[in-house]
Amino acid sequence: MSEKTPLLDELKNGPWPSFVAEIDKAKETSPACDDLLGQLELSYVEKKGHWKHGGMVGVRGYGAGVIGRYSDAPDRFPKVAHFHTLRVNHPSGWFYTSGALRTLADIWEKHGSGLTNFHGSTGDVILLGTTTDEIEATFQELTAAGFDLGGSGSALRTPSCCVGKARCEWACFDAMKLCNDLTQEHQDEMHRPAFPYKFKIKCSACPNDCVAAAARADLSVIGTWRDDIRQDDAAVAEYAAAGLDIQSDVVDRCPTRCMKYEAGKLTIDHRECVRCMHCINVMPKALRPGVETGATLMIGAKAPIIKGALLSSVLVPFVPEAELKETINELLQRIWDFWDEYGENRERIGELIQRVGLPAFLDGIGLDPVPEMVAAPRENPYIFFQHEEGK
Amino acid sequence: MATATPKRITDIGPPHYEKFLHPVIKRNYGKWLYHERLAPGVLCHTAESGEKIYTVRAGSPRLLSVQTIRLLADLADRYCGGYLRFTSRHNIEFLLDNPANVEPLRKDLADAGFPVGGVGASISNIVHTQGWIHCHSAATDASGLVKALMDRLYPRFTEENLPAKLRVAVACCLNMCGAVHCSDIAILGIHRKPPKIKHEILKRVSEIPTVVASCPTGAIRPANVGGYESVNVIEEQCMFCGNCYTVSPAMPLDDPEHDGLSIYVGGKVSNARTQPKFSKLAIPFLPNNPPRWPEVVDAVVNLVDVYAAHAHKFERMGEWIDRIGWPRFFELTGIPFTRYHIDDFTHAGLSYARSTHIRF
Repeated sequence: MSEKTPLLDELKNGPWPSFVAEIDKAKETSPACDDLLGQLELSYVEKKGHWKHGGMVGVRGYGAGVIGRYSDAPDRFPKVAHFHTLRVNHPSGWFYTSGALRTLADIWEKHGSGLTNFHGSTGDVILLGTTTDEIEATFQELTAAGFDLGGSGSALRTPSCCVGKARCEWACFDAMKLCNDLTQEHQDEMHRPAFPYKFKIKCSACPNDCVAAAARADLSVIGTWRDDIRQDDAAVAEYAAAGLDIQSDVVDRCPTRCMKYEAGKLTIDHRECVRCMHCINVMPKALRPGVETGATLMIGAKAPIIKGALLSSVLVPFVPEAELKETINELLQRIWDFWDEYGENRERIGELIQRVGLPAFLDGIGLDPVPEMVAAPRENPYIFFQHEEGK
Repeated sequence: MATATPKRITDIGPPHYEKFLHPVIKRNYGKWLYHERLAPGVLCHTAESGEKIYTVRAGSPRLLSVQTIRLLADLADRYCGGYLRFTSRHNIEFLLDNPANVEPLRKDLADAGFPVGGVGASISNIVHTQGWIHCHSAATDASGLVKALMDRLYPRFTEENLPAKLRVAVACCLNMCGAVHCSDIAILGIHRKPPKIKHEILKRVSEIPTVVASCPTGAIRPANVGGYESVNVIEEQCMFCGNCYTVSPAMPLDDPEHDGLSIYVGGKVSNARTQPKFSKLAIPFLPNNPPRWPEVVDAVVNLVDVYAAHAHKFERMGEWIDRIGWPRFFELTGIPFTRYHIDDFTHAGLSYARSTHIRF
């Protein structure tokens, strides 16, 4: 019998689409949703969660992709006593056909709660809530339909990318292809956790970084170009005629002041441009990234746990598009070997680099230091001169 | 007659994206020339070939029933030849080759309760975590808080009237699934009491050295408590990060009376104009008050309104604050500045003011 849920019912009001209404809808086909609402209402009343800590559940041969979840009030909410989640690796760029969506919906109506996330934070399709004995059957139907599980735990997490060349004129490399290729080539690292902790790869095809790679990914691949911004003077004039204040909205906003707008002519000192994207964002018809495109590889971003949040920092300033996959794979192997050797349990690569220092990390993976890697050289004189130099 | 068991399929990875691309996208892949925003939530991308693809972006609660997924599939069939995608902020994007279908699609979306918007100088959908729906370590709910926020911020989604884009994110604990720590406005669920150790089960459910090692401040020590091999926490050293709970179910931090929300501002990930930066503390604590979290919603609306009134065109929240300085930010927003705003963790000194550049 359904419990009353007055607090949650309140969240069916208001203009934004309601997740409570979604759980209500799923009740048509899933009895578990009744108990989910009941338990959630209890959380709203008591201001505390009612899910127990993890639990090892999964599919045969994989150590990742399923998140175990159990209710701490199984007597009161027996239909969510087990409520495990499957992470399903999304297609690059989150593109679907209606047919693919219906396939996923049908599988999940048959085997689970009928509730999903499109998508979870890492990028996977989240199939939210099922019992232990449905997991293998769900997995087999998913793979028969061409879908596979994503990463979880101390594994390579499901790589994700922006829309890239599929629908963006700013894409400096084929982010969807690179993301798909890397995912396919590292299936073992995704499904069978063997790392000290999680490892995320995210590909944004330009410096606007639409998948927040620099904030979240252990390896952030961010598109850029190294020749000149392409400029269409007639289109610049059109923007000006349409009312854009090119001096204040474009030129004055340039972080390196590398632009001039004089007598209706926009000029760029390309040597000074840092590829920030502002002028291109404001005038997409008039300015475009150059043609010598590729990506900057950055390393080490993470959220606060354990020793504080980190943004990724530059590892390789520029890799031409044609060499990206090969370069990344070679580096990944060296990075993972170094991490495997020196990383502590639950130590992200960024934290390991903080602990041992970037110079030691560069030595370990065989990269030469370049000034693009630092915001500034060191200020302190405490230099660990290497023995052979001190002799 | 029994049928043979089908071969078990593994390690196939995701389906190839090419199968899901609209024919116009497939033909013009990598050959896009420029894009325009035709209306809030409506984009038009033009390719070198002259072909155009129209995008209608709709907000979503992220948590979707299979019934709604089928509804989205039906709309895609009706207007888009079945082609659609999702964005990194949980929006749904319908991809159309016929501009005449834009208005009918918008109308059907409105009838089904899905707002169109989230493009350009607006608030896009809120990136968020699972909360009490599915997470064991959540200090608050995420979906409910997001629903309460977006109900109030709705016109900021459907219209483009901000100085620049404004990214809001919610994480229900310090683990922060999602890029909460680099958002214009980040709302973070927090604990404020040390773990209540379950000594009687700790050794059974976890390894003591792992629990000890999990603490970033070294506050956890092995101890025999009441005859149980367990651990102690030096409470003054606990900063309530919850990492010990992640490695041991015997270290819960839940405390309904003291758990709550904090708000950070001014982060960004884009490289446009200024470098990516972390969000910084604006409000250290607000009460956890479901189902509508009025204190949090009011605080966010205030931040958005003050930013909208004072920032220059194209200035993200953090760029505006950098220009006017933090003292003026606290003055304009009316938020009290407290000792909690001053960093005292690793590298704290780098955040102290080291000049006499002060506005009076």
